[in-house]
Amino acid sequence: MSTTTVKPTGTPGGKPAPSELQRARLPRWAPYVIAVGSLAVGSGIGLAADLSSRLQWGLISAILFVGVSYFLAASVEGTRQAKDRLATSLVWVMFLLAVVPLASLIFETVQRGTKVFDGYFLSHSMGVVADDEPGGGIYHAIIGTLEQVGLACLIAVPIGLLTAIYLVEYGRGKLAKAVTFFVDVMTGIPSIVAGLFVLSFWILILGFDFSGWAGAMALSILMMPVVVRSTEEMLKLVPNELREASLALGVPKWRTILKVVLPTAIGGITTGVMLAVARIAGETAPVLLLVWTNPFINTDPFNGPQGSLPLYIYQQYASGTNAGYDRAWAAALALIAFIMILNLVARGIARWKAPKTGR
Amino acid sequence: MDIPTDTPPPPSHVEDAKPTTTEQKRAARGATRPGDRIFLALSRGSGITLLLIMAAVAAFLAYRASIALADNEGSFLTTFEWDPAGALHDGKPYFGIAVLVFGTIVSSIIALVIAVPVAIGIALFISHYAPRRLAAPIAFVIDLLAAVPSIVYGLWGALVVAPNLTGLYSWLDDYFGWTGIFEYQGGAPRSLMTVGILLAIMILPIITNVSREVFLQVPKMHEEAALALGATRWEVIRMSVLPFGRSGIISASMLGLGRALGETIAVATVLSPTFVIQASVLDYGGGTFAQNIASKFSEASEYGRDALIASGLVLFVITLLVNGAARLIIARRKEYSGANA
Repeated sequence: MSTTTVKPTGTPGGKPAPSELQRARLPRWAPYVIAVGSLAVGSGIGLAADLSSRLQWGLISAILFVGVSYFLAASVEGTRQAKDRLATSLVWVMFLLAVVPLASLIFETVQRGTKVFDGYFLSHSMGVVADDEPGGGIYHAIIGTLEQVGLACLIAVPIGLLTAIYLVEYGRGKLAKAVTFFVDVMTGIPSIVAGLFVLSFWILILGFDFSGWAGAMALSILMMPVVVRSTEEMLKLVPNELREASLALGVPKWRTILKVVLPTAIGGITTGVMLAVARIAGETAPVLLLVWTNPFINTDPFNGPQGSLPLYIYQQYASGTNAGYDRAWAAALALIAFIMILNLVARGIARWKAPKTGR
Repeated sequence: MDIPTDTPPPPSHVEDAKPTTTEQKRAARGATRPGDRIFLALSRGSGITLLLIMAAVAAFLAYRASIALADNEGSFLTTFEWDPAGALHDGKPYFGIAVLVFGTIVSSIIALVIAVPVAIGIALFISHYAPRRLAAPIAFVIDLLAAVPSIVYGLWGALVVAPNLTGLYSWLDDYFGWTGIFEYQGGAPRSLMTVGILLAIMILPIITNVSREVFLQVPKMHEEAALALGATRWEVIRMSVLPFGRSGIISASMLGLGRALGETIAVATVLSPTFVIQASVLDYGGGTFAQNIASKFSEASEYGRDALIASGLVLFVITLLVNGAARLIIARRKEYSGANA
């Protein structure tokens, strides 16, 4: 590769070609200038051609930026450097591409959601409100979601924790390998399949009614593998010296695990559980199949259909009315806020309680 | 359970004292105390419970599906209709999954085609391009994308994204309409393409996270060797990072595919389903397994529910195979710790 001589460009004729290291380079500020320039030209073209969507303006600017920096670099620095710059700008564009949807989604949700989002909305149910009339709220849905998620936690957290303890502290041989593999596979089960499973055995075969409890069982199936994986990672971070010190003092293994290993990792485990809660709180499909729906307040998760926040959004959207859309956005805002707060708190705990001997 | 290298080897008399009786053997294993035995039983039981749940999912779905399939007059794999109530067939159930297979595969492929390059770009951005201090916040932003519930994606896709796509679709129709795939006759863009775009955004985080983990594990020596030979940053990536990460990228894409195949409510919100197979991905219509279950469920009879369970069983098996294969590829390289993302 080094034998190919690149024709030096930009040097006055007659002088010997400079070595690779001294070849002309674009100044450090060049990318920024090109970026600002292409943004200006892109907006200009957008304005001139009367393109309504700002996305198109941005797209034209991005294409201009990539093109201009490639050819400029190719003429000054040679094709290898130009390809490098092309890759760099493409990678940046990819990253910006991913940020656009997130920004748009959060912006739209906040903007459209705040329309009917107030104390009344949070404290009233949809009891006697018709689809196309304004009013009503999500109180019944919040209660339903909290109860279903809470029940799911009651099932999934103990089983998940114990399974992780088994895998890290005891697991050897075929059983442990099988459990590890199926936990991984279980993370990929579509939520609707978990819902169909509970539907088939709880409602169709055992003949129970739709209820919050049925939804909670499906949610717990989705939650278990997440709890197992995150707990497992955390337990692996606990230094072995701690276990050995405890065992050497004659402490039984189970007390070592309960009194030494778990307290050391409790921060990370809490984070994992909270992230799992955040994941299942937004699940709609199993709830749709198992909780049915109920516009009235039903605080008993074991008896009769309940409301649920994700389901509420789906139904208000499906009503196809403007009042319904407003309520759907407001409920989406409440759900996103709940999940984002859970996420942020979970990560805060993770940072605060991180085992000191981690990576 | 590595023994730290600086600890002295255990004194030899410990090894000499071989346990003789069963009692001593048990003591050596450290499982004689009742507390220990109970705790071991509990934790092993939980592991077994997980396996049993997986088995039960398969068994119960298969049982209910067999009830539905026994009476089905149509061919389950090739029928282009979903009529378990038999409204059009003298009360005889007549249903098949051909349309659903087609729609599921097409929308997932669109999602993969869009998401994989972008995800690799973002993963490279985080691992090799972004300023050090920005890398963690950027990874957090990507995680936020994963935290958004699918129903909110659906709402956003149906009310914000879809109305803005008519322009793009008309443009595609103008220039590529002759292929048949990009034919667009106007109307609401609630099509498989829109679903694919939305799914791409939804599976972006998992593909990004798994590929990023792999890219970070490329031996530093490989990269430094390439740099020392005078390679530019892109050449380093092309010659040392991408070849090393290939299997990681493949399994990351398969994990993303698994997510896309089973996504329910976002698809049900965005798509205007029809039970036909059409070449155009831009016109509304088509359906996917999960979407079909969600949309048909509320008005289905008990037999209709069994029919939906039969289609759910197919979805379960497909995602099981895809995810299992992805996990096996990852497991071949144990150090790929991003597998749990």
